This record gives sequence, structure tokens and C-alpha cells, in this order.
Amino acid sequence: MHIVVCIKQVPDSAQIRVHPVTNTIMRQGVPSIVNPYDLFSLEEALRLRDELGGTVTVLTMGPPTASESLRKCLTYGSDRAVLLTDRFFAGSDTLATSFALAQAIRKIGETFGAPDIVFAGKQTIDGDTAQVGPGVAKRLDLLQLTYIQKIVACDPEARTLTVERRAEGGTQTLVTRLPCLVTMLEGVNQVRRGSIHDALRAARAEIVTWSAKDAGIEDVTKCGLRGSPTVVKRVFAPAPRSEKAAAVPVSGKAAADADALIDAILARQPSLEADLTHLAAGI
Amino acid sequence: MAEEKFDAIVIGAGMSGNAAAYVMAERGLKVLQLERGEYPGSKNVQGAILYADMLEKIIPDFREDAPLERHLVEQRFWMMSDTAHTGMHYRSDAFNEEKPNRYTIIRSQFDRWFNGKVREKGAIVLTETTVTDLVTGRDGAVIGVRTDRAGGPIYADVVVLAEGVNGLLGTRAGLRDRPKAAQVALAVKEMHFMPRETIEARFNLDGDAGAVIEAAGTISKGMTGMGFVYTNKESLSVGFGCLVSDFAEGDETPYGLLDAFRQHPSIRPLLADAEIKEYAAHLIPEGGYKAIPQLFGDGWVVVGDAAQFNNAIHREGSNLAMTTGRLAAEAIFQLKSRKLPFTKDNLALYKTLVDGSFVMKDLKKYKDMPKLLHTHSSNFFLTYPQLVAKAMEDFVRVDGTPKLDKEKATLRNFARTRSWTGLVGDAFRLARAWR
Repeated sequence: MHIVVCIKQVPDSAQIRVHPVTNTIMRQGVPSIVNPYDLFSLEEALRLRDELGGTVTVLTMGPPTASESLRKCLTYGSDRAVLLTDRFFAGSDTLATSFALAQAIRKIGETFGAPDIVFAGKQTIDGDTAQVGPGVAKRLDLLQLTYIQKIVACDPEARTLTVERRAEGGTQTLVTRLPCLVTMLEGVNQVRRGSIHDALRAARAEIVTWSAKDAGIEDVTKCGLRGSPTVVKRVFAPAPRSEKAAAVPVSGKAAADADALIDAILARQPSLEADLTHLAAGI
Repeated sequence: MAEEKFDAIVIGAGMSGNAAAYVMAERGLKVLQLERGEYPGSKNVQGAILYADMLEKIIPDFREDAPLERHLVEQRFWMMSDTAHTGMHYRSDAFNEEKPNRYTIIRSQFDRWFNGKVREKGAIVLTETTVTDLVTGRDGAVIGVRTDRAGGPIYADVVVLAEGVNGLLGTRAGLRDRPKAAQVALAVKEMHFMPRETIEARFNLDGDAGAVIEAAGTISKGMTGMGFVYTNKESLSVGFGCLVSDFAEGDETPYGLLDAFRQHPSIRPLLADAEIKEYAAHLIPEGGYKAIPQLFGDGWVVVGDAAQFNNAIHREGSNLAMTTGRLAAEAIFQLKSRKLPFTKDNLALYKTLVDGSFVMKDLKKYKDMPKLLHTHSSNFFLTYPQLVAKAMEDFVRVDGTPKLDKEKATLRNFARTRSWTGLVGDAFRLARAWR
């Protein structure tokens, strides 16, 4: 088995502050951590490797300092770490990121063997989009399993993976064929503490560092700011609510209470009555 | 998995551990440093003042990139009564030198930097790794360590215990006793954030210059202890510490004393409108010369706080830690380069180096001080500050009383409160302990 796990180094959002004037996130002095959602996927990958044999390759795109997070993943017991770093990647949105990661995973496949499973975190704590995992799956034409709460079985001979997926109103049990991309739900496992040998190996490990060119990316216009159609138009802090909730007196008689409630709502939203009347006329 | 063997294992990434690991790695030894915190510095607490000279001996050009807060140009000693303080301030433009002598630092940032230098020199550093046991050979010599991670043990020719004031590992291994309650102070500290212009205005500072206040008196309610305010770039470190044995005997709490210190009329205006962001507590070794344990044995040495290396009178801890760490590393390097085994006899070289340094000489000078201040704590921390405050008030306040009468009243006040024999005795004891 060759399993690739995509991770991201993110600022520890528990320690982040918002600048009172510009409303931008103040990253200075905020420690960086491995995106917590990614660790649930990493642990699942390590368990599969321990059970079935093979290797786990951790991949991230980021500045050179992101190697710290990769090293951490090696300490947990990953076998190999790849850092995709290049100034061309600066300012990537989810579209550009998934493009670059997909290219890097292709390159990883060529260099270290084709991956059977690609894992990604459900989402990041800084971007919160949950788009990159599915984006990578689409670009690599992998079957994608999102919101997975349990890996039930993996049969490398039959090339199948059985999982439990959280769905609205219940749990789906899905069987899919390999290769595929999986994003794990939070809280489904606890990342291990690597052994002392893992820790020593991680401290000494050479992190594979690739530029865009190294990763086989020829069209850098699809990377970074130039490849990112997402535009941040405005950043703002939500204004505190000026109006407070109002209590509506309750008489115990349903019709009277309903009237009182409607009166209270219409008193706050004067235009609503006209809109409703207009709508009712249409029916 | 192949057996791991290092020249030296350093336990802890505080000042002493970083100094020892840095010096050994720089001289080409194969060093493993183990730190239990998430990152070096995450568990470390200090006021904190850095003395440049001791770090220069390890990293001469540290000023180029070390995270330093302010260089100190002013030192204030305050003797405090409940409503007043009598101060002695020393400020000199000579401290605005090209290579300043003392800086305030924030340990979580500084230790991270220092440890980065250790890594640059080639040492392997593992964080989030707690050493649980020392591994001993058949002859009882320390030959390695076990950690809280699976696998191991990891072996080394020599283990440097830089584990800090609690020294759980060394005491568990029977290398030394646990520090007694009268030999450690418990200090609590808060970080008060405010704009740097506010700090500079309140403390009369220019640019990166800084000031510190060290205060003792009735604020410790008769116990052996003191408070401090240190200026950082955009924060003040405000702390208070007393001997653990005093806390154990009385009803005072560390945070209660710190709160009272903050509310003192001389301190309160300095802290107005600050945002308190961090709280920390730490033990400080206060036992002095007489509390220093066995420093070396077969396959091990102990450095820094774990060996009670702290000069309580001059509040020098981190520089003694750095220096003992460096000297241990030098001793180990000398033995290694002469291909000598790390036996107790050979490691006595470390003690010889420490004895010859300012560390032991200073601690020896003040060897009677901890006991004096402790056994006579109510005189030094309660009675005298009140007497001095009263004397100063009488001196300063103009109310028509003839000056001669005032002076007589002051003398009577001293004699009545502490008796002439008590005064002479304290003066004699203090002079002898200081000598």
C-alpha cells in the first residue's frame, strides 16, 4: 500500500487575534500547527499501513517553514514527507491549491509508486472551505469519500475499500474501488505518539522539497494568485447586534398568543406585512 | 531497530540544557537533547533578565538575531510599606552601550531561538519527549535514558541533567534529595500588555532602553519574598515570589500576594489600563551554596536549577544555569578528546571548573544569606521596611516639629520596635553574611 496524506500548516486559531482597525488576522507570533482535521486522516492512514504494510507519504504545499509540520507528521510515524514550495504558489485559493497538490501527487506516484489511497483533512481551521480534498480527487479522477467516520475494511487484493460515511439522517456504508480519496471526520480517532525511534528518524529525516518545476508543473499561471479566481472583496468583523430580543407576553390562549407574536414581528419589520399581503395575493 | 548511542544526552532545553547541548555540539560531539515541552521554552518561566556576558561566552554574536526585549539602563530597589516605598534608583547612560550588559527577555521566545542555535550546531532535539528513567549499567553507572515514548532505551556515554528546579528525574534516581520547602521559592508572574509608548512614558525610557523594579517589604506579609516589575517592549512582567515553606506555614496565597502587590499605590499607576494576557508560576531555587547537591557521578552531571545554582541575592539564575551548562560541556569535551571514560573521578573535572568560576565564588560569599533572611524574615521584610518608611515620612513631612525631636523620635522608634541588641545583631549578621 502507498498512502498519500495531504496536510496543511495553519496558525493555531485558538491563539489568533484580529487587528482592531484593519480586521485582518494578526499572524505574527501565533504558533503554527498541523491542521487538526488532517491528523484524523493521518492516523487512519498510519493504521492502514500498520495493518497492510506499505508506506505513508505526507504532502504539504506551503512556505519553507511548513517543513516543521511535515517533521511533526514524521514523528507520528509517517515514512516520507514532501514539501511543495515555490513563490509561484503564494496566494493560492482552493482551485490553485488543488491543482498544485494534484500535480504533486502525480509526481509522487511517478517517483515513489502510485498511491492506492489519498487522504485529506475534512477542511482546514483557517480556510474552512472543505474544497481542497474534493478538488484534488476531481483533478486526479479519484473516487471520493468525504465525511468518513470509520474505515471498515481495505482489501488490497480485491482493490476495495469499505467505509462508514456520516450522512444526513444516518450512516451510509460504502464500498469503493481503489485508488480513491478519503476525508475523515473529526474526533474519530486520536493521533498516536510516535515511538522514540520515529522521533529520532523524524529529526534526522531529509524532507523532499519540490519547486513547481520539480513537481512537473509547467503552467504556473494555474498556480498562486494568478491561478486563483477567488477574490477577497472585503474583510469585516460582524457588528454587534443593536437590537435585543424582545419578550412576547404569553396568555396561554393559542390564538391570542399567535396574534401577539405576529404583532410583535410586524412592529419590528414594518415592510413584512406588505410583502406577505403581496405574496398572498399571488396565491 | 538499531541501538541508538550518543556521546551525550542532555535532559531539558532551558538555559543550562541549551548551553550544554550547544557547546558540545559545536565541538563535534554527537548530542541528543530531550525536552518534555511542546517546543523549547514552552515550559520555562523566568522574570526574565538575561546577562549578556554569560551568553557571549557561548554565542558571541547573539545580539544579531536573539529575541531581546529591552536593554536595562535603570535599576530600582524599593523597600515597601503598605502605603509607601523608599527607593534607591540607579540609572546610567553608560548602559546605553554598543553591547549592553543586561536585557529583559521573554523565555518562550528566547529559549526557542537558543535551541534553534543548538540544532544548527548539529544536535538532535526531540520535543514532547519526557525522560522517565535513567538507565544504569551493572556497575551502577548511568548509561542512557528511557522516555515516555515507546521503544528505547537510548544510550549515551554521559547524561547531562538539565531538568530544572524540580529535578524529579535525579531525585527519583537517588542522585540527590528533593529540594526542601525552605530551599525553593514559588513565584507567580503576569504579563501586562500595553503600547510601547505608554511603557516608555511611565518608566521614562527612550527607544529600546528598559528599567526594572525590585521590591521587598511588607508586601510579603513578613515572609521571605519579593516582587518585581520588568519592562519588555510591549509588556510588563509583574511577579511575586516567596519561599514555599512560608506559604506552607501561613494563610497567604501566591496570587493573593501578587494581587496585593499590583494594588499597591506605588505600583498600580504603572499598570493602569494594561491587558493581562498570560499567567505563569514557577519554582526558584533559593537554598544557595549550602543546598548544592552532588554535581557529578558515574556517567552523569547535573547543571542549572536542578543543582540549585541560583544567586538569590543578585537574582542571577539563568546565567548560572548557562555557565554551569557550558562548564559541564567543556569538561565532557575534554574527557572525550582525551579518550577518558566518564567515571565519577574523571567527571570531577566539572566540579573543579565550577569551583574556579564566579558561580561557586558568588554562592559561597552569600552562603549564610538564605538562612539569615529566612529565620529573621519578619524583621527584614516587615519591621525594617515600616521603620524606614516612617523615618522617611518624618524626614520629608514638614509640620513644625523641631528636626532634632524628629530624629530622636526616629531612633526611639527603631529601638523600641526592634531593641538595640536586635538591631546590632541584625546588622552584624547581615554584614557577616554579605562579606
